[in-house]
Amino acid sequence: MASTIAEELAEKQREISVAEFFERNRHILGFDTLSRALVTSVKEAVDNSLDACEEASILPDINIGIDRISKNEYRITAEDNGPGIVKEQIPKVFGQLLYGSRFHTVRQSRGQQGIGISGVVMYSQLTTGRPARILSKIGPDRPAHLYDLIIDTKKNRPEILREEIVSWDKGTGTRLEVVAMGKYVREKRQSVLEYLRSTAMINPHAQIEFREPDGTVITFKRASDRVPQLPIEIKPHPEGCELGTVMKMAKDTESYRLSSFLVGEFSRIGNRTAREICSKALLDEDLRPQDLSRGQAKRLLQAFGSVKIMAPPMDCLSPMGEVLIKRGVKKEIAADMVATSTRPPSVYSGNPFQVEAGVAYGGELPKEQTAKLIRFANRVPLLYQQGDCVITKAVESIDWRRYGLEQRGGEGLPVGPVVFLAHVASTNVPYTSESKEAIADVPEIRNEVELALRECGRRMQAHIKKSERLQKLKEKEEIIRKILPLIAEKTSKVLDKPIPDISPIIAKIMDSVLIDGKSDYADGFYRVKIGVTNYTLHSKTFGLYLRFPSTALIEDASPQLDESKAGLIAWKLRLGPNDSIAISLRMGNLELGDYDMVECYVDKIDPEKVMGAEIWNGEFT
Amino acid sequence: MSNKPVESLEDVARSVYKDLVEAKIPKVNLSTRTKSNIVFDDDSRVWKYGDQLSTRSAKTSDGAYMLLRTIYTIEFIKEMLATNKSSTLREMYYISEGWDFAKFHEQQESDRLVEDLEVITRQLREDFKLRPEENGASIIGNLTVEEEVRRGGKRRINCKDDVGDAGYTIPTNVEKDKLRLVDADGDFIIALETGGMFDRLVENGFDESSRAILVHLKGQPARSTRRMIKRINSELGLPVVVFTDGDPWSFRIYASVAYGAIKTAHISEYLATPDARFLGITPSDIVNYNLPTDKLTDQDVKALNTELTDPRFGNEFWKGEIKLQLELGKKSEQQALAKYGLDYVTETYLPEKLSSLGMGG
Repeated sequence: MASTIAEELAEKQREISVAEFFERNRHILGFDTLSRALVTSVKEAVDNSLDACEEASILPDINIGIDRISKNEYRITAEDNGPGIVKEQIPKVFGQLLYGSRFHTVRQSRGQQGIGISGVVMYSQLTTGRPARILSKIGPDRPAHLYDLIIDTKKNRPEILREEIVSWDKGTGTRLEVVAMGKYVREKRQSVLEYLRSTAMINPHAQIEFREPDGTVITFKRASDRVPQLPIEIKPHPEGCELGTVMKMAKDTESYRLSSFLVGEFSRIGNRTAREICSKALLDEDLRPQDLSRGQAKRLLQAFGSVKIMAPPMDCLSPMGEVLIKRGVKKEIAADMVATSTRPPSVYSGNPFQVEAGVAYGGELPKEQTAKLIRFANRVPLLYQQGDCVITKAVESIDWRRYGLEQRGGEGLPVGPVVFLAHVASTNVPYTSESKEAIADVPEIRNEVELALRECGRRMQAHIKKSERLQKLKEKEEIIRKILPLIAEKTSKVLDKPIPDISPIIAKIMDSVLIDGKSDYADGFYRVKIGVTNYTLHSKTFGLYLRFPSTALIEDASPQLDESKAGLIAWKLRLGPNDSIAISLRMGNLELGDYDMVECYVDKIDPEKVMGAEIWNGEFT
Repeated sequence: MSNKPVESLEDVARSVYKDLVEAKIPKVNLSTRTKSNIVFDDDSRVWKYGDQLSTRSAKTSDGAYMLLRTIYTIEFIKEMLATNKSSTLREMYYISEGWDFAKFHEQQESDRLVEDLEVITRQLREDFKLRPEENGASIIGNLTVEEEVRRGGKRRINCKDDVGDAGYTIPTNVEKDKLRLVDADGDFIIALETGGMFDRLVENGFDESSRAILVHLKGQPARSTRRMIKRINSELGLPVVVFTDGDPWSFRIYASVAYGAIKTAHISEYLATPDARFLGITPSDIVNYNLPTDKLTDQDVKALNTELTDPRFGNEFWKGEIKLQLELGKKSEQQALAKYGLDYVTETYLPEKLSSLGMGG
């Protein structure tokens, strides 16, 4: 007898395996093109390694290798020094989709769905038919376990092809090897190299070594020995909860009463607030949460909105901090100036979030190109869908002409030697889609990104102005020190006459006191040298001030300083015409990159007669 | 008289030295070399520099470098004149390699400085024993010249019988001590922008059939080519017509032959032929002869608009033609006439155009 249509459909429905699901959702999972498949594979492996190291407070050492096997076939190797994975868990972590430890927590973390690394195994298996090889070790005196496995695509279960105990000269760590279809591209915004560079930037505590298919090895050096604080888990804040979530939580809770459910399962609800919510929702405090109906849950949700509930706790976020971002950027971008800013934590729909931004300017950055934008969410670089991201929208809506950049019509990405970066950290980053490549345009987040970028912009503008003044100063110096003496010498030679004294002309060209500060860093100290020369025809008496980071320790000042206060040193100087003095000192307790520019100020002197220093307007004496 | 170039260079150095001794910031003044400072000289009927002066002062970095390079260049030329040597402009550029940070970054800079020196001293670069490396263009036609040749002695050359199909090459120096114009048996000079058209007229025997002397300009003509045309025109009394492509750049070629170039306006009198007439391709020709065209590029349009504010193109003829071209949005090459066959240019176009100028046939 012929089966019914329903039966036939049921038959088909059963056949929709994980493999099919994967095939259909390639684009969501990040495997839609050959080049992106390589990026995604490396990304998932690195995300896992960084998370694992962070949880175990280990400074990550990550090795990535890509070898080309045939035209579009690559072997991807990812190795870390993380805590390793216990034997029983290895097959599940790599051979079962949606298996993960972070699926049900509310915490700032890199991955969340657990599709990540097993997705890579699945992709390689589907495209090349080859198993993944995993090697992991959880302690120096423990054996290393090696697995060759594939995913049983019908049952979504690991199928182990080989299982062995091997020796591995590593304390702890995990190594994954897959062979997958892909395409290796270099020098593109969306490439493995760019992904790793950005990752190194936002994770300065990680050391990443990358071997390209042609054998080139690129090392992204560690710039900080501090493992970032592990973000703390928090319970969901009522404000951001959706109906389904509340219903599911009510079903799963171990509480017997609605009030204790509210207090126990949500953040920022105490006994009093719980009572208030229950009365607003017209619900009995003693109601069994498991019996909560749809309608009741809806009322509960409405009550969440009408009762004043404290903002969620912020210690669940782990921002990088201005100093660490600066170090991360400085080591990967050869710029003249890097300004960074970390905003205080904020909240959108009950979800805590925090924005950090940076602007790198000048140096070796290309002058005639559109500015580059580097986006991060929870310390993961976002490479795709730039146009849809709130960070992009924030950058494009700022009039960068006001900060000294070229920008057509005062909107869009500006042109110039500049790189913008922004990091959004949150327990729940609002991505535009499951592929997690763009952050949705949430007004609160956009506002914070703009504020952070504008602050960096102001410092960039100050830097640009200062550089321009410095450039003029350099030109003048060149004229008086090099060109003019040569003009005098050559002219005299042509005419066979004695060389005239040109110092009065120098005074005419300069007609000011020249202050020229330089600094360099070595052996834990910034050495600062300031040359002061009086190129006027008169004697000058004035105060010279030097700004320094308040944490710095000033040593060996010569001549001895006359005064020193928080962040400011002062000398009283007296120079006759053509006199000059060399000031030097060193600053301790600073790391490379902590001190940007020698900033000098003067007072009690005509501002027109000074080059290389600003007039001091603040209070000092 | 032979000391005049040295004297004039030393004058420049002396003025700088005087500034230094008097504790003034050294400077040099020279005529502003832009189109805003060219004026028509009624006597010579060419465009020369006006009264505007530019100052190169050691107060700015650019001015200081320019002064230093000027002094270096003066020293170099002085030594060269003292030892009876000469050099090409390119050689001088390479010699500046040894001038430390005063060296030129590209030859354009050193060429320009030599022109500045010409303007300041009112001498010619030939007087400074500096010559361009490019050779002049070619001539074919019944013109006889007598050239001083390398190994001494004179050689008489007829530019029709004594040369191959490429013609007689105009030397870099066409002054009287080097080149004498003996005579010409022809009715006019036709100066041609492109080699293709030059060859077409040679192949069609235009020089003989129309008693023309053909001069190939090779694009923007070198000084010696312009000087040669000027000499034939004024010494042998032959009228000159200029035949180029129909685009803004070609109009400038004509202007430099007839009116003088902006860059060399200090010697316009010596290089320009005010009687030279523009034959074509005019924008009107594009319409009248229904020629194949290309679209004007953005640069073309820009160049045409610049020409509208160039005093040399200030007469009714040019204003009308330039505006017409902007309206058309099109340009044509002289070889576009081949649309009507290879003989069309010599049998129809040129005779018609010449007679409209009151010449030929």
